[in-house]
Amino acid sequence: MQSAIDNALDIQQIRRNFPILHQEINGRPLVYFDNAATTQKPQSVIDALTRYYEGYNANIHRGIHHLAEQATAAFEDSRRAVQTFLNAKHWQEIIFTYGTTDGINLVANSYGRRFLTAGDEIIISTMEHHSNIVPWQMLCEERGCVLRIIPVDENGDLILEEYEKLLSEKTKLVSVVHVSNSLGTINPVKTIIDKAHEVGAVVLIDGAQASSHIELDVQALDADFYAFSAHKLYGPTGMGVLYGKKELLDAMPPYRGGGEMIKEVTFEKTTYNDIPYKFEAGTPNIADVVAVKTALEYITDLGKETIAAHENDLLQYATAQLSELDGLRIIGQAKHKIGVISFVLEGIHHQDTGVILDQQGIAVRTGHHCTMPLMQRFGIAGTTRASFAVYNTRDEIDRLVLGLKRVHKMML
Amino acid sequence: MTINEKQDEIIEEFDLFDDQLDKTQYIIDLGKKLPPMPETQKTDENRIMGCQSKVWVDAELKDDRLYFYGDSEPTAQISKGLVGLLVRVLSGQKPEDVANADLYFIPQVGMGNLITSLRAGGLASMIERMKAFGRAYSVTENR
Repeated sequence: MQSAIDNALDIQQIRRNFPILHQEINGRPLVYFDNAATTQKPQSVIDALTRYYEGYNANIHRGIHHLAEQATAAFEDSRRAVQTFLNAKHWQEIIFTYGTTDGINLVANSYGRRFLTAGDEIIISTMEHHSNIVPWQMLCEERGCVLRIIPVDENGDLILEEYEKLLSEKTKLVSVVHVSNSLGTINPVKTIIDKAHEVGAVVLIDGAQASSHIELDVQALDADFYAFSAHKLYGPTGMGVLYGKKELLDAMPPYRGGGEMIKEVTFEKTTYNDIPYKFEAGTPNIADVVAVKTALEYITDLGKETIAAHENDLLQYATAQLSELDGLRIIGQAKHKIGVISFVLEGIHHQDTGVILDQQGIAVRTGHHCTMPLMQRFGIAGTTRASFAVYNTRDEIDRLVLGLKRVHKMML
Repeated sequence: MTINEKQDEIIEEFDLFDDQLDKTQYIIDLGKKLPPMPETQKTDENRIMGCQSKVWVDAELKDDRLYFYGDSEPTAQISKGLVGLLVRVLSGQKPEDVANADLYFIPQVGMGNLITSLRAGGLASMIERMKAFGRAYSVTENR
């Protein structure tokens, strides 16, 4: 069955852009529902990587030769593309990282260690990925800060009244996820940011799951920091972005030393480069940075709103179909969700579910999804998670439903 | 039966199935037949770490032979079946034979992604634990 939106987007045409999708796993056509872990890459992104290595691979910025200039131009073009994608005010506010985790660690180590002291409070939430928990725990341990946690209700929404109670003049930093990787919940980050600003706290938004699904405008959000990864938005692995407001980044010390991040080095004293280079020590991931521009173009060309509408159609369809299955309980029933559906099957371990689905060619993720405190909140060890991208179809959801029926049959 | 005779027997049984899902079904059914492990043996010490599911393995020496007990949390039926297979091959053997066993049946039965998900399923850790029991009891014997 095809929806009207499917037809509007021509999903079959889109699927042809992704070479990896056209293969069989265990003798059955691949159904790739592990997009929250990483999305597949369109041919245009793969070609951008190849073009770079075949045509103009060179180390950037200080090269005098043609290839170095070409590579530098492409690298900096990507920065402008990301600036546009996020609607950042200044290109200097875009720092290239290795991923969301790297961006969060940068803020914790640079901003956190410079500006936070004993007794200061950091607010995160129950639904954070470990990468937005552990860096703050490490900072708290070192600086004597206190971690406060926004609770989550039974539907998988943040309890905002509790958040407001946690806020005080002691709150110095709030770091929350834009979209939950385990539940799919879209958090009201604008409200969260505004409330934090009322008490003078800065806010980091973990945008790992949001970036390919939701229209982003860091100025409208008034986010102080926004981190995401390229590989979750049809781009290459090992490349991410940290957006930070210029005045904050200017005030922050570098946290990695090396080439590129300096103006002048003597054994007596080193002066640091300006942003964003101050935070980009060493030869960066040039090829992947160059290719991310192509990934952003891919998303922009399709239109984020159109992508979101298609993914929402899949979510609604999957929710309806899966709810029909005996013993299946969906974890995360927030009103505002992206195309992520996490569930448990009564009496069946998620690991077994994942293995048997894989044997039918269906790729899902199982386990705690790096959100162990959230799993504890729901009193479960883990879930099976299907997460959708622009190239998925209702037919594939039908395959998942049949696959789960088989799991049931085998386990009883 | 020796360890290798038991392995050959298992290879023959799996040869009856072409389909991956049927092999998995067979493993699940083996798990269902595994005698339950006494709750007192399900200690942290006996827990195999590195599994997504909880799995325990214990052993005791009787008349110079090593006897294994294994179990998983009730919902993890594939893990239980995998423990069951290992118990079937290694239980009742001499400790030094367990320690030196070459478990060639695992790649040969064609368990497909059960093998690749070994890290998640912890089969390698289960084998390592059972061989460690074999080594430990061999040392005791030699004293």
